[in-house]
Amino acid sequence: MDNILESKSIKKYYHRGSETVKALDGVDFEIASGEMVAIVGPSGSGKTTLMNIISCLDNPTEGQLKIAGKDVTNYTESQLIKIRRENIGFVFQQFYLIPTLTAKENIELPFVFSKKSIDPQRINTVMERVGIQSKQNIQVNQLSGGDKQRCCLARSLMNDPAILIADEPTGKLETQVRDAIFSLFDELVQSGLAIFIATHDLELAEKTQRIIHLQDGKIVQREESSLYW
Amino acid sequence: MKLFIIAFKNLKRKKTRSVLTIGGVAIAVAVLVSLLGFNAGYQIALNNDVDKMGYQVLVTAKGCPYEAATLMLKGGGGLRFMEEEVFDRIVQDERIDKITPQLINTVFDADKDGGGGFTMFMGIEKSYLTLKPWTEFKEGEWFSDENADEVIIGYEAAELEQRRAGDKIFIPGIDKVLTVSGIFERTGTQDDGVIMLPLKTAQRIFDLEKKLTGIGIKLKDMTELPAFEEDLYDEASIQVISMAQVKGTIMNLISTAQILVTSVAFIAIIVAIFGVVNTILMSVFERTQEIGVMKAIGASKLDVFSLIWYETILICGLGGIVGSIIAILAGNSVEFFVKKLLPYAPEGNLVHITSGLLLLSLVGAIVLGLVSGIYPAYRASSMRPIEAIRSGE
Repeated sequence: MDNILESKSIKKYYHRGSETVKALDGVDFEIASGEMVAIVGPSGSGKTTLMNIISCLDNPTEGQLKIAGKDVTNYTESQLIKIRRENIGFVFQQFYLIPTLTAKENIELPFVFSKKSIDPQRINTVMERVGIQSKQNIQVNQLSGGDKQRCCLARSLMNDPAILIADEPTGKLETQVRDAIFSLFDELVQSGLAIFIATHDLELAEKTQRIIHLQDGKIVQREESSLYW
Repeated sequence: MKLFIIAFKNLKRKKTRSVLTIGGVAIAVAVLVSLLGFNAGYQIALNNDVDKMGYQVLVTAKGCPYEAATLMLKGGGGLRFMEEEVFDRIVQDERIDKITPQLINTVFDADKDGGGGFTMFMGIEKSYLTLKPWTEFKEGEWFSDENADEVIIGYEAAELEQRRAGDKIFIPGIDKVLTVSGIFERTGTQDDGVIMLPLKTAQRIFDLEKKLTGIGIKLKDMTELPAFEEDLYDEASIQVISMAQVKGTIMNLISTAQILVTSVAFIAIIVAIFGVVNTILMSVFERTQEIGVMKAIGASKLDVFSLIWYETILICGLGGIVGSIIAILAGNSVEFFVKKLLPYAPEGNLVHITSGLLLLSLVGAIVLGLVSGIYPAYRASSMRPIEAIRSGE
């Protein structure tokens, strides 16, 4: 399988006064198409920083990041926007849907921003796939948590991304709904999508194909991870 | 779905706030439309009033020329008198096309309008009609002779006095009864409220023998006016006023009121701009995470800038439409109020709101939106997606 994401010696340093904070200190890993990987680690381990960098929302201090074969390390903001539009889908714990719009209108947003004409067939296919079609005309603030996450997932799939980045995707959901969302992830992976999940939920992480343990800005072996101690 | 629709739906998020902001813009626009409408309307009404006097030059007794001209226009007591022989001399001038002498006098009527008021009487000659060829009789006819105890009543005065041709009319103060020989059709000028009588009759009954208050003159060629004026300069007892000067002077007098109202409109616009900036900025801050997510899922700086800009344009555009409607509906009230404030208000509509003015105001409101939206839109578009998303965590 082709690697859809490659991270080579990624470092992210911040300066706090005279002190240098090493949020990431040489992170190497790859994710291939059709692979679901979880990243776990305690608070302050650098999980969020890594998520931001591989989401092309932030630049690394050092190292190299490749998305879909393109070295995006030194891309400008406008180039990163294009990469995000074309290659990356986002699923958030808080959903971040626009409350004044319906489920369908929220799902259409990536089309609006990419200036593509709206493809009704694509929208219907995606809505059907995530199971939100029957609620497409309901304003999102009237939807349940599970349906909001389905809506968020549908929005992330609109531009047919190569990788889906999910930040605590089941954090706010009940067990039954959580399992349903995970099943959807599983289906998407089988169709070739790469999924990268940041979570504190070890039960969810255990269901993925691979777990990356992050501690003090570095990838560690499972037995070294403080989450298991 | 377009960004414009998203912007429109965003305004519904905080309905009360949006409505209040639109209201602020609407008030500013209504004030502006009324002011510009008044500027245009007053000029038109003044031109109409002055033009319908029928003459370009007014000769009056020496005094304040503009007071005299305003009194001739508006009516009222206090006019100075000049000798009739002045008329006999001026009428010989070959540069004159048409000329008419006038004697205006006012009489206090304790019963008028319930609380008492002045009635204006004007002594005229038949030459008066040659200067005002548009004047028509609603009923009756010209005086039977130049010394008859008869009156011709203006349209509104006839309605007020409830008189018809052939009726009698009593002049209080001098205890005189005159016969109504005719009633003029409405002219839309001060003449509508005047009671006219033969010049000689007026001189006799008001005890103003051989006196005049003014002489209206139409020159054959208006370029002759400076020379004509110069020639009359030596006449110690009179002054020459061109009606163009009168228009200019009245407009100057009005300009003080206009400056005041313009200042109010300007302040209203500034307040509206701050209101819009505040509303949109608050809305941007409340939606920081949402804007961060939009940028994460592919919105460019321009997309976010446009979205926020559309919101301000919508607020100001809607404010412009509502403000224009208010200005149209409140036009009569504004006119009533303005007429009470001004020293001289011409007849007719003083607030003249045209479709061009409404279009201009709407464009102005949209420009106001564009200006007000720059800073909030810039703030929103400059947000870094990660920081924006994390801001609420």
